[in-house]
Order: sequence, then C-alpha cells, then structure tokens
Amino acid sequence: MSKPLISVKDLSIKFNTDEGLVTAVDNVSFDIAPGEILGLVGESGSGKSVTAKALMLLNPENCVYGSDSKITMNLEDNEIDVFSLAKSRDKKVIRGGAISMIFQEPMASFAPAISVGDQMTEQLLIHSDMSLARAKEISIEMLERVGIPDPAQRFGQYAFEFSGGMRQRAMIAMALSTKPKLLIADEPTTALDVTIQAQVIDLMKDLVKEFHMAILFITHDLGVIAQTVDRMVVMYLGTLIEKGAVRDVLRNPGHPYTKGLMDALPRLDDLDTPLKAIAGDIPSPLDRPSGCVFNTRCPVSLGNECESRIPSYTTQGDEHLVACHLMEEGRNSK
Amino acid sequence: MTKKALISSRDLSVHFPLPATRLFGPKPFVSAVEGISLDIQQGSFFGLVGESGSGKTTYGRALLRAVPIAQGKITYADGDVSYDLTSLSAEEMTDYRKRAQLIFQDPYAALSPRMTVRDIIAEPLEVMGLTKSREETDERVREIAAKCRINLEHLRRFPHAFSGGQRQRISIARALVSNPRFIVADESVAALDVSIQADVLNLLKSIQQDMGLTFLFISHDLSVIAHTCDHVAVMYLGRIVETAPTRELFAEPRHPYTKALLSAIPSLDPDYAGDVQKLEGEIPSPSNPPPGCKFHTRCPHVIDICRTEEPRLSKLGFEHDVACHRWEELVDPSE
Repeated sequence: MSKPLISVKDLSIKFNTDEGLVTAVDNVSFDIAPGEILGLVGESGSGKSVTAKALMLLNPENCVYGSDSKITMNLEDNEIDVFSLAKSRDKKVIRGGAISMIFQEPMASFAPAISVGDQMTEQLLIHSDMSLARAKEISIEMLERVGIPDPAQRFGQYAFEFSGGMRQRAMIAMALSTKPKLLIADEPTTALDVTIQAQVIDLMKDLVKEFHMAILFITHDLGVIAQTVDRMVVMYLGTLIEKGAVRDVLRNPGHPYTKGLMDALPRLDDLDTPLKAIAGDIPSPLDRPSGCVFNTRCPVSLGNECESRIPSYTTQGDEHLVACHLMEEGRNSK
Repeated sequence: MTKKALISSRDLSVHFPLPATRLFGPKPFVSAVEGISLDIQQGSFFGLVGESGSGKTTYGRALLRAVPIAQGKITYADGDVSYDLTSLSAEEMTDYRKRAQLIFQDPYAALSPRMTVRDIIAEPLEVMGLTKSREETDERVREIAAKCRINLEHLRRFPHAFSGGQRQRISIARALVSNPRFIVADESVAALDVSIQADVLNLLKSIQQDMGLTFLFISHDLSVIAHTCDHVAVMYLGRIVETAPTRELFAEPRHPYTKALLSAIPSLDPDYAGDVQKLEGEIPSPSNPPPGCKFHTRCPHVIDICRTEEPRLSKLGFEHDVACHRWEELVDPSE
C-alpha cells in the first residue's frame, strides 16, 4: 500500500451559529488505505458525523473549514483536492461517485413515495450513461447480492414495505451499485436488533473483500468496532485523541478517555466488576475546555498543565498515536 | 431478600385491534403479548429482554395498566395491600398509580420544555395530592433531587439546558417523587452515551437498594441486563421463551434463541470468533405469527413438532424455565 485512498490533514470545522462560531472538529488528520475498514468512534458531540460529511462536502452552508485543512483523494493517478471542488458538477466525482454513504436510520433516508427500485436506478443513471434496462438489471443483481429474497419483486416496492434489516440491506445495495472506492457508513447498525446487526456486519465485511473498497465505519459501539474494523480513530469533542490498529488500541488503550469508555462498557465475560462511569457530562461544544478537551472529566488530570496546553501526539508502539500529557516524554511512569 | 411476588401475571394477553377487512365475522387483532405468566419478586431488579416487536414494552405497560388487557390476571401484593389489577375500582386505581411508575427511554422527549425542573419533579405530587403545602412539595422535591444527584441550583432551570444524562436523572426523580413501590424502566439507558449510561445504571441500582424498590427493567441490550438485573426473562414474539436468575441464564442458556442472542453480541476482543450461532432471517410480523413454536422459522434446530405444536414453559431447575421442545437434547454434554 503506497498511497492512501483518502488523506485528511488538519481538518478543522466550525459552524457559524447564532451563539457564535462553534468548533465542531479541531485539527483532525487520518488516512484511509484502499480496501481498509477504518473505525471512527466517539460519543454524541464528538464530531464524527461532521468529519465524515466533510469528505463528501455535505455539511450545511454555515460551516467554515479551516484554511489549512486539506482532504486529498487518490483515484488511479488522479489526485483530487476535495475542497477545490466548487461546482456541483465537479462534486459528482466524489458524491455518489468515488464515495457513497449509508445512514443510521434507513427509513429516513429512502424517499417514502418513490419505489426503492426507482431510487436505485436514478443514481446509476446520474453517475453513468447506461440504459434504464441495464440500470434495473444491476440494481436487482445488487439486491440479490445483499441477501434480499425475491429481488425482482422487491425492486418495485416502497421502503415502508421493507423491514428494518431489509431496508439497511437495500441501502447498502444502493450505495454499492455505483462501485464506490470508499463507503461511509454512519452508525449503520445502531437502529438494528443484535441478531440483524450481526448479519449486516458480516455482509459488509464480505463486500469489502469482493469489491475491494474502503469503509469509514462510524459508531459509538466498541464491540462493533472490535469485530469489524482494521484500524480505529477515537474522537472526543471534535479532537482526535487516539488512533491505531484496532488490536493495539483496544488491548492497550493509551488515552484515559479510551480506557474510561472500555471500563464503562458492560461486558458479558465479567459480571462481577461494577461498571465504572466516567465522571461528569460531555461539555457542550459552546464551552470547549481549554488545553486538553478531556481535562474536565479526566481521572488522572495533571491540573494546570492539562488545562492550559493542548497535548501533542505521542507514539505508543507501531502507528499508535495518543494525545495525552501523561504519555509525553519523561512521564511514562504510570 | 423476601421471596414474595410483588406483581404476578397469569396467562396475560394483550391484543391490539387491526382495521377490519370484512364487515361481519371475527374482528382481526394483533397479539402483542400472549399468555405470559411471570412473578416479579419483591425487591428484585427484573430484566425483560427481546428484540423490537417482541412485546416487551407492551408487557411493561400492561403491568402499569396503561394498555387494555385481553385476558389473564395480574395481582399486586405489597404487605396488607393487594389488588387484582385487571379489575380495579377507581379508588384502587388512584392508589395504584402512586405505587407504580414508569421511566421512559428518550429523556429529550419525556420532559416538557416549558416547565422548570422543579415543576416537572413536583407535578406528580400535585396531581396526586400527596403534599399539603408548597413548602412541603419543595422539600420533597429537594430531597428526591439530591438523591438523584441533581444539582439543587438547577431546579429553577428548564430542561433544554441539560445533557442527556442529566435529563434522564430528572425523569428518574419525577418517577420516584411519589414514593412508588414498583418502577418500570423502559429502555431507560438506550438513548445515552456509553460513558453516561454506566452512571445512570449505577444510580438506578443504588436507589433501588436504598428505597427497597422493585424494578422491571426492559432492554434490548443483554450486556446491560447482565450487569444490573438479578432475574431475566427473554421474550420473542409476545411469548416468554426462557426465564432464569441472571447468572444462570448467562452461564447456561437453554433456549436456542437465548443462545443466538448471546452469541450475536459483538465481543470487545477483535480475535474472538466465538461459537458462531448467527440467525438467519428476521423476527416475523406479530400480525401474522407462524404456527407452532414462534421461533421455528429462524431456529437452527427445528424439527417437525416445532412447526405444529407450541412448546410450553417447562421447569428445568429452581426458577429456570424454558419453552423449547428440544432443550434437553441440545444441552452440551461438556458443560
């Protein structure tokens, strides 16, 4: 793997609101390699969805990107600077072309009064010059591939006639029919029951291999992350606080927030240890703490230093980065 | 712990009417809960788990008398007070409303945006006429707010100023203010972030112990149930398929559905492949349930009898019941 498929550098996103400029994402950098599943973990307000939407330029108009933020996409010898795409015609290369997106609540993402089939062919017709008959053929093939029984009959039905799991499968079929290089999956299994969630995760893993595409998998569920992704990024209040291979991060979490998240998670293999909550609440983005964003809830805060200076990234093993003062040089005593 | 049932249901069924398709003939209905018999012991934290459409919310509401009951019996027995909940007089109903309360799932929808936190918590006291003066109300509100770890200075604010965890603590305080004996918590932590969820679970647990309450804790999340409840019932399509003390259920699940549910929970260990028992298909629609065992359409161990005859709950140990024709054959001999 020489070149990453997409490279995000120093991404900062602010929103212009009535209450002033609100920072949603602050200096976030990560790469996604071709064919890789990257997990993006964070709780509400962590900026994970906003980051993903920035890749497709889908954020609303009151959003301001940082001046040195850069998103580069590498498509077969063709390098695209995503922020330079101004016209909506140019944006088609990424929107629904090289990148597709699936959402958390599939009922809300299908138009209720247009049949699922028509919505699937519509995007194929926009992104290629194939005939309607061919588009229909491909759509039915994709519906079959994601495991929907009677795809030809389902093709003519509406979203309300599908069950929750079926809808999410149809959504995946639709996102993949244009053969994207990157699929952004924003909490794709959160609204599903566990038995259905297991089916959808298996399906997505198979499809990655088959189509050799990359997935940016956004979720708050560490269990889903452990079973699905290759590498992961942890975000808190718009800041990337830890990233690395999924085994490194989950087995040897470096940041107190990542550790806290894992301790707060009820685990089935250990019913005796009481759940340890992270103290306090997630601060509102309107009053982001200065210094380290986690200092208001951190159990091992150093006080003044954590409150005044933003920690730099420390490497902990192979490509495992942690943003914490305690990990910085000379403080490795735990 | 006294082994006395606070609430017991016998053959409880709840039906919802469907739009009539024919002018004459029987009226069609959906059976959301069918023939459930359960005892909820006094002072227990009873977990009810199931996927969407399993009827767990409907059962909880039936115990609160918030949905019409088609058949069956519910009895409430607390000290000298005992009622048949299916035939309450108006007076008894008023009394029961003080004794049983509900905590909702979504703390953003459950609190009126136009009332202050103090008014929200005080409303049940005023509606039920439990306090005589404003001073008494205020005192009671402050007492319960402190118990639920709500900052007393926040009582004058409106709910929009609070985060999800704080709001959920406010709705817990509202449920507790009338000094109830029985609480139904319906997916009360499902809408919360993981770091907040643990805090609310610990709060519920400590309040339950302090006040000697009985909880029916409804959740789709088995790992949350495992950590909070002492007894669990698993529901599927309106029926109880298995019920047991929590530790026993998680150590020795007997129903194929319970086993599948447990193995479907993603493990935190990336290399854990687990004993894969992935279920095919989805939960059938309750308006058109399959004949025989309701789970047979997805069960990996289905045989002929499962398709025609519905299994009854049978006792397989102290307080451990399972509804499966084949559970004995399916016990792993290595256990």
